[in-house]
Amino acid sequence: MTTYNDFVIRFANVNGSGSASANGMFAKALFRMGVPISTHNIFPSNIEGLPTWFEVRASGRGYHGRRQGVDLMVAMNAETFEEDVAVIVPGGYLLHDNSGGLDPRLDRPDVNHIGVPIAKLVVSEYTDPRQRKLFKNIVYVGALAALLNIDFDVITGMVSTQYRGKDELIGPNIRALEIGRDYARDYLECPLPIQARRSDAVGDRIMIDGNEAGALGAIYAGATICAWYPITPSTSMAEAFEKHAARLRVDKDTGQHKFAVIQAEDEMAAIGIVIGAAWNGARAFTATSGPGLSLMSEFLGLAYFAEIPAVLFDIQRVGPSTGMPTRTQQGDVLAAAYASHGDTRHPLLFPSTPGESFEFAATAFDLADRLQTPIIVLSDLELGMNENLSDPLTWDDERRYDRGKVLSREDLDSIGDFGRYMDVDGDGIGYRTLPGTHPTKGAFFTRGTSRDAYARYTEAAEPYTANMDRLLVKWQTARTLMPAPEIGRRRHRVGIAYYGTTAVPMAEALHDLAQDGVRLDTMRIRAFPFPDAVADFIDAHDFVFVVEQNRDGQMRTLLVNEAGADPAKLVSVLSYGGLSITADTIRERILKHFDENNLARLTEVSGGQARRT
Amino acid sequence: MTFVAKPEVHHPQLPLNEIGLNRRDYEGLVSTLCAGCGHDSVSAALIQACAELAIPPHRFAKLSGIGCSSKTPNYFLGNSHGFNAVHGRMPSVATGANLANRSLYCIGVSGDGDSASIGIGQFAHIVRRRINMLYIVDNNGTYGLTKGQFSATNDKGSTSKRGVPNLYEPIDLVSMALDIGAGFVARSFSGDKGQLVPLIKAGLMHRGFAFIDVISPCVAFNNHNGSTKSYEFTRSHAASVVAADFVSPHEEITADYGPGEREVVEMPDGSRLHLRKLEEDYDPHDRAGALTYLQQAALDGEVVTGLLYVDSDGTDCHEILDTVDTPLSVLGEAELCPGQAALDGINAGFR
Repeated sequence: MTTYNDFVIRFANVNGSGSASANGMFAKALFRMGVPISTHNIFPSNIEGLPTWFEVRASGRGYHGRRQGVDLMVAMNAETFEEDVAVIVPGGYLLHDNSGGLDPRLDRPDVNHIGVPIAKLVVSEYTDPRQRKLFKNIVYVGALAALLNIDFDVITGMVSTQYRGKDELIGPNIRALEIGRDYARDYLECPLPIQARRSDAVGDRIMIDGNEAGALGAIYAGATICAWYPITPSTSMAEAFEKHAARLRVDKDTGQHKFAVIQAEDEMAAIGIVIGAAWNGARAFTATSGPGLSLMSEFLGLAYFAEIPAVLFDIQRVGPSTGMPTRTQQGDVLAAAYASHGDTRHPLLFPSTPGESFEFAATAFDLADRLQTPIIVLSDLELGMNENLSDPLTWDDERRYDRGKVLSREDLDSIGDFGRYMDVDGDGIGYRTLPGTHPTKGAFFTRGTSRDAYARYTEAAEPYTANMDRLLVKWQTARTLMPAPEIGRRRHRVGIAYYGTTAVPMAEALHDLAQDGVRLDTMRIRAFPFPDAVADFIDAHDFVFVVEQNRDGQMRTLLVNEAGADPAKLVSVLSYGGLSITADTIRERILKHFDENNLARLTEVSGGQARRT
Repeated sequence: MTFVAKPEVHHPQLPLNEIGLNRRDYEGLVSTLCAGCGHDSVSAALIQACAELAIPPHRFAKLSGIGCSSKTPNYFLGNSHGFNAVHGRMPSVATGANLANRSLYCIGVSGDGDSASIGIGQFAHIVRRRINMLYIVDNNGTYGLTKGQFSATNDKGSTSKRGVPNLYEPIDLVSMALDIGAGFVARSFSGDKGQLVPLIKAGLMHRGFAFIDVISPCVAFNNHNGSTKSYEFTRSHAASVVAADFVSPHEEITADYGPGEREVVEMPDGSRLHLRKLEEDYDPHDRAGALTYLQQAALDGEVVTGLLYVDSDGTDCHEILDTVDTPLSVLGEAELCPGQAALDGINAGFR
């Protein structure tokens, strides 16, 4: 039976061999045929010579999460033959280079071998060794086009677009595609029972990674200063900011830049630059990952206490220490929430999609200015570095930046008494003044040491505790301003909570669980401090699964600490091996919990009454 | 120590500067440092220099790290915003502040612990980036607030109060600044106001990174016999190689120079710097020569002071980054947000 637009294909390559652009072209071709896809790049911390994998999942139903099992493996790396063959589903396909026959490591009786003599084909066509290496990748893309019934015109069209301006490369690339396609057509059973076909399921969606979307969000939010230190997987965010700013933020008349990017000497300097710039009135941000967050912790305490707006994007990866620098995790939740010494707490935002990375970037700058405190956006490698489907980015042209409580020269002239840390409005947020505003009023000395409401140094207990208590009032104000959780409630007795990229496989997991008789109310947590709705959701259910990608259940801890949740009601579902969590994993863990605790599965809900099997 | 108010009474005959302010308008709170601390003399020199330059006090931004030196921005320019950052990290905060608003005069005050130890990385990189600011290190060779540990600028063999010698080589921030490309490098002594005030004025007017290492003795922990950062040692070993006189744009030249004794360096704002060579062999425009001279002098136990290097065509980070003349901090939505129409085009690029 032929299935359409429903398969997982994995490319196993050697990094540095030029496979990334060929594989990306393959994915984009499916996308342009209107097939909903998601991509996962599994890459080593290395420049050349180590194994790398690229996975494309086509899902007509629009499931974007990773799925276990590979339907078609393109095995181009002899070093990983054994593990690559092992993950193919029974009855699946293995495309391999059979120039030297079938490598015994690839032998598996229950998979279908598709041999293409890639090396031989390339050698007979090209003489340049570099071309021979690069075009191997293009040849298999050509073969796949025939095998999966991908529109050839879509792919050749992409080659023409990609190499516009380097026209001499277009012909040889198209030739390599044709070599692969022709071989498949002439010598192989083609197409396979797993196929692509044109669809309108993509709609007007775009394909973008979270880092680039977040960088665009920072541009739209009016960030003018980006200070950063290179660290995977956050680097591409700062680079994308610079790339787009160089086009979108240039003075038409002078060609001068309305932005500044500093590649700092380390993460401490990066956040220091951000804090200095924000203190002086600019919107500034940094992008980093876990190790950088640790290095920034001292400064984050200063910014919390001195009440400086700052925006930090933490694109999380596996820790602790350098961990697995090129694998994904949600391991910085607690480190970010409580970064620094003394009593500190920082608002967090958890984007789940590229579109939300864009939106939350803009939200983060408004919140930072409004709350006069660092805002940390917790993305991760999965979201940040993989191109995935997203609704088009949108910006309301009526939207105005919320620069918070900043006094102008005129304001200072009209008010009698100015104290930087006075709670005039009862929301715990004082009024700021920026350097250079007024000749005689509003200047104050910013410091991390204790001071009174007028920013005057003191070591007396009462002003210190009064100030720390005011910061708690501000924290309560923050709770009312954070994005609300996205709640799906149908009065089931059990709930499931998730955040960030654990939301990606959730639609599929919930669908599968429903087939198994497990129906759950859902809550996608989008921010910390938790709005009241978070605790209400937990209260309203017998218990709540908390799905996250770290070992210690960090969000669960935060819910217990900060939302007053009963620990007995929160059941962790965890995955932390470095690959993003799959729907199968979520389903299996939840079924196991139901079975081990002899919990009844619900088959149906009608009129508020659940029938049990 | 708590807040100390200064008496509001002004001496009626204090002279006014070009914008009608007197010196008191450039002062800050009463210092809480030890009586006789060199740092207070540096603050006084800053007050005098800023008042003489007649820049409105609120147009300065003062930044510091942590330590005795870093407390001092509270004691001058009380109508300016100040930022007492974290230990060793003032350079990054100053970098951000300067990038955000290039129209303010940026003064950073740091110490030898702050800049030569915990913050040496940030010090090196702010020099490289040519941030347009005056960076002063109050250099006393010791950690005062933690009661007298050696700092990294303390000379090898210089002794502690109890007579224990320092065993490690010193770091010379002046040589480092010269090496990495600072456009204005000077060394002075807190006890020599006549030298220090014009250097501060010139440093503030220099476009790019201006660095002044000020030997500023610690009366509590490093002013004894055996210390090479004491008042007595510095007075007896200081050797000025180039004297600098600062002449503001419309000021007449009153000093009497013999022919060939002075060189005029034009500053970006129209002011001029008159350099007088006190040492025949010394050329303040020769970076490599200055480094060699300083190294030889250090071997001879001499503390070389004065304007050691000036690049009259200084550039700063904003020029390097080619940023707009308007401070980035005042740009609003209209200038910064490309709007939905541009986003439509961006979306199309991702299809």
